[in-house]
Amino acid sequence: MNSHFLIGYNDKDTFLHRLSGSTKLIGFIAFSIIGMITYDTRFLLGILTFSLILFKLSKISITEVSFVIKIIIAFAALNLLMVYVFAPGYGMTIYGTQHMLWRSPENYFNLSWEELFYIFNLFLKYTFAVPLALIFLMTTNPSEFAASLNKIGIPYKTSYAVEIALRYIPNVQRDYRTISLAQQARGYEISKKAKFWPRIIGNAQILLPLIFTSLDRIEVVSQAMELRRFGQGKRRTWYMEKQFGKADYSSLIVIFLIVLAGVALFNVNGGRFWNPFKH
Amino acid sequence: MTEPIISFKNFSFQYESQSEKTLDNINLDIFPGEKVMIAGASGSGKSTLGRCLNGLIPQAYPGKISGKCVINGKELVESSVFDLSFDVGTVLQDPDSQFVGLTVIEDIAFSLENDQLSQAKMREVTRKWSKKLNLEKLIHRSPQELSGGQKQRVAMAGVLIDESKILLFDEPLASLDPASGAASIELIDQLAHKQNLTVIIIEHRIEEVLKGGIDRLVIMRDGKIVANDTPQRILQQSLLEKLGLREPLYLSALKRAGVNLAACQNIDQVSQITESQMSRKLTAWNDHTQLSRKVKKRSTLLDLNELSFAYEDASPIIKDLSLEIKKGEIISLVGRNGAGKSTLSNLITGFLSPSGGSIKFKGQDLLKMSVKERAQHIGYILQDPNQMISKTMIYDEVASGLRLRGLLEDKIKERVEKILRVCGLYEMRHWPVSALSFGQKKRVTIAAILVLKPEMLILDEPTAGQDLKHYTEIMTFIEKIQWENDLTIILITHDMHLMLEYTQRTVVLNQGKILLDAEPAAVLTDDETIKKAYLVRTSLFDLAERYKLPSATDFVAKFIQTEREGRV
Amino acid sequence: MKNKENNSIKTVVATGIGAAIIFVLMKFVAIPTGIPNTQINVAEGFLPLLGAIYGPIAAGLAIFIGHTLNDFVTYGSPWWTWVITDGLVGLAFGLAKRKLDIQSGVLSRRKLIWFNIYQIIVNFVAWVLLAPTGDIIIYHEPAKKVFLQGITTWIINSLSVAVIGTILLVLYAKTRTKRGSLKKER
Repeated sequence: MNSHFLIGYNDKDTFLHRLSGSTKLIGFIAFSIIGMITYDTRFLLGILTFSLILFKLSKISITEVSFVIKIIIAFAALNLLMVYVFAPGYGMTIYGTQHMLWRSPENYFNLSWEELFYIFNLFLKYTFAVPLALIFLMTTNPSEFAASLNKIGIPYKTSYAVEIALRYIPNVQRDYRTISLAQQARGYEISKKAKFWPRIIGNAQILLPLIFTSLDRIEVVSQAMELRRFGQGKRRTWYMEKQFGKADYSSLIVIFLIVLAGVALFNVNGGRFWNPFKH
Repeated sequence: MTEPIISFKNFSFQYESQSEKTLDNINLDIFPGEKVMIAGASGSGKSTLGRCLNGLIPQAYPGKISGKCVINGKELVESSVFDLSFDVGTVLQDPDSQFVGLTVIEDIAFSLENDQLSQAKMREVTRKWSKKLNLEKLIHRSPQELSGGQKQRVAMAGVLIDESKILLFDEPLASLDPASGAASIELIDQLAHKQNLTVIIIEHRIEEVLKGGIDRLVIMRDGKIVANDTPQRILQQSLLEKLGLREPLYLSALKRAGVNLAACQNIDQVSQITESQMSRKLTAWNDHTQLSRKVKKRSTLLDLNELSFAYEDASPIIKDLSLEIKKGEIISLVGRNGAGKSTLSNLITGFLSPSGGSIKFKGQDLLKMSVKERAQHIGYILQDPNQMISKTMIYDEVASGLRLRGLLEDKIKERVEKILRVCGLYEMRHWPVSALSFGQKKRVTIAAILVLKPEMLILDEPTAGQDLKHYTEIMTFIEKIQWENDLTIILITHDMHLMLEYTQRTVVLNQGKILLDAEPAAVLTDDETIKKAYLVRTSLFDLAERYKLPSATDFVAKFIQTEREGRV
Repeated sequence: MKNKENNSIKTVVATGIGAAIIFVLMKFVAIPTGIPNTQINVAEGFLPLLGAIYGPIAAGLAIFIGHTLNDFVTYGSPWWTWVITDGLVGLAFGLAKRKLDIQSGVLSRRKLIWFNIYQIIVNFVAWVLLAPTGDIIIYHEPAKKVFLQGITTWIINSLSVAVIGTILLVLYAKTRTKRGSLKKER
């Protein structure tokens, strides 16, 4: 299945592979939230370093993820450029000081240390969670996803919907390919060669058979699940669930302490921003 | 006397959306430990009967029930799918849809998870069943990595784990290659004995199921049970043929030879069937029938020369394959899953590009043409018409290929209407595609390709899942258009009957190479090829061998020839 | 009603397979427009049909799951404000299920116009109001930038739904016509 995704589970034996999926999920979500909210550069740098160390520990090789990393960098660069183009003076508004590097604040395009610093913070926010997400994806067996979601409080039916999505993505992909080839043979053009509108129409033509094939599948799969008693009880157990061990509990404590530190910094800074310009 | 485990009394059922009863006054008792086959054409009500056994009727398919149906002591109308799931395990037709887990082991444990068993208990039970079904080495595989037969074994493990006493199979052979199908039937037989199960098999491929030995054959037609007896008695009376179902091939051959079926012993097993005159009559018929070998001079249409294909860094899927196809031939392309059949057709249609070799079409280099250009010469028709049809109206569907090629609308109308007449769809030209049966949809997809005036067609499993009536309908149609347009046709198939009856030449692929290129009769009597390509030898071969006919291949060829003559 | 059980399972399966379709469409069929984070979204065009058949929960969760998975494997980490907004759009499309009543097979011009006005409003609220506000509050991005992205997405998604979504709704409804109404023509 791994070959069907660009990145996917990689079975190795490390501390992170042994942790329960729920623990990793809680960690990822907790860090994502605190990292989204805070603008404390020290804290963001801290989490980024922490997640890079974990990444190293997970023994994921860079070549496995280099493609994704390139996309992320391109995406971040483009976004940051837009932020600058649309609001070159935004950093000064936020931090309330003016340390100019280039031109004066009267010009629309100018550059201040504040702006650079703000953009650097944004860059950290775009990237800090990436190693964590990659760790979660590549050290957690997909078979454990649904169980982990259920364990952290998501209803089991919703969790199972995620499992079904993972289960049928390869099928949908194969159907899509088959259908699209058959339609191309008849003359629909959907490749990059086609102009905008013909390409959209061509795609809609593929969608129709794909959707009808999938609707049939929804019928059969729900019958198959009903015949095997899905959805009767208030809960269900999971064959692939990993029970919490000592490592999980200690990890949860570490996660809690880091989040607590992030929250404490709001108090220290008197808000979400850490301002090195004002003293 | 023992009580029946399943009992229908004056039972009728009518789907909410339909104006007539689908099951009409059914009376049927099935006793514990029996192995029963329910056969019938599509629309005969056999699948509906199956849905009553597991409770999908009336729960998932609401409708009107009258009469009584009791399953293992439970009244159908008072039981839910949930209640009945403890008594009846169902293996659905499509093992891929039944496989809901991400890996084999999770799928086997699925119902246990729903019953909220502890992990320790689940491990213990799944270990037992994966061993019984020989799945131990596969437990961490994903469904994409399994063959159809393996998926079916997983499905069986997943329902047997409930220890239910009744096992229901809905068309278990539909999506399997012949060898896996035979293995499945054997496995079902073994399990039934070992676990003391009551087994109900819904199928229309009677010969294959009979091979595993069944106790009773129930035949349905128009919602009624028209025969309910031991297979021996039904076969002796030639009831199958009279009811429009496919008779085992060896019986048709015996009839041709003038053997009286009513006098046959052990008629349901080709290896044991006896009758006092049989040997004499078969030999006489075999000596008397002459093979006419008309060899037509034909020109080469498609020429594959040392063709190779491999995905990057992977081992080659097609290796130095050379093949010459003559104009007007009907060829069957067979081989196990993964032998390279679809890769080969994808190379011809241009969906894939070869890593070496050449493809010439009437001397022109096909590799220089685009997918769209090749489609003018070679039409490719997928197994599932639902994957091909992209318009809602029949006329538009057939016209779309021409519209995309920029023809004028009145020119299009002329060509489309002509093709629709050929395909017997003219009167329905303004109907929505959704109103058509599966077989009719298939014809629409063929029409949509034929309108581009290709000289060659590649059809992927054109008759999969079709009963005899629809099978004959589709194949008669294909033969007719082949004849009228001097088309060249390649059929990719798992169906031995199809290959024997309708094709003149069989190309057997194995590991990307041609294993054998011969007449179908020769292929299906070659034990080594049969084994390598996951085929099953035809029962005609067994017959010829048992009665020591001089050439089994010739005997098969002679039989097919007489059948064909009878058809034309 | 006995049928309830089956419906809830169907919702689960429709959510899962719907998410799989959305993932595949987002990953392989997105047509770029040149503005970051903004593509002609064929997946968005599929959403109204999913909602019209299976209702708000299936549509909302399916796009939420599909979008999350896609963000995970393409960008490494989901952009939560947009993922959640997308989930709400799916939910809103699903709420149109009863009004559209697509299973009846009749989808009048009026209903289609109503739906398109509705979807443009839904998309406006989602992409011009919610998503940028979320980006400003949570990520503290400059307003001008996120509003431009929001407005572009609004236009493009409304357009995707208007074209692809409407085509799919109409085509699906056509397949629901009663068989009894057909006559052979000579």
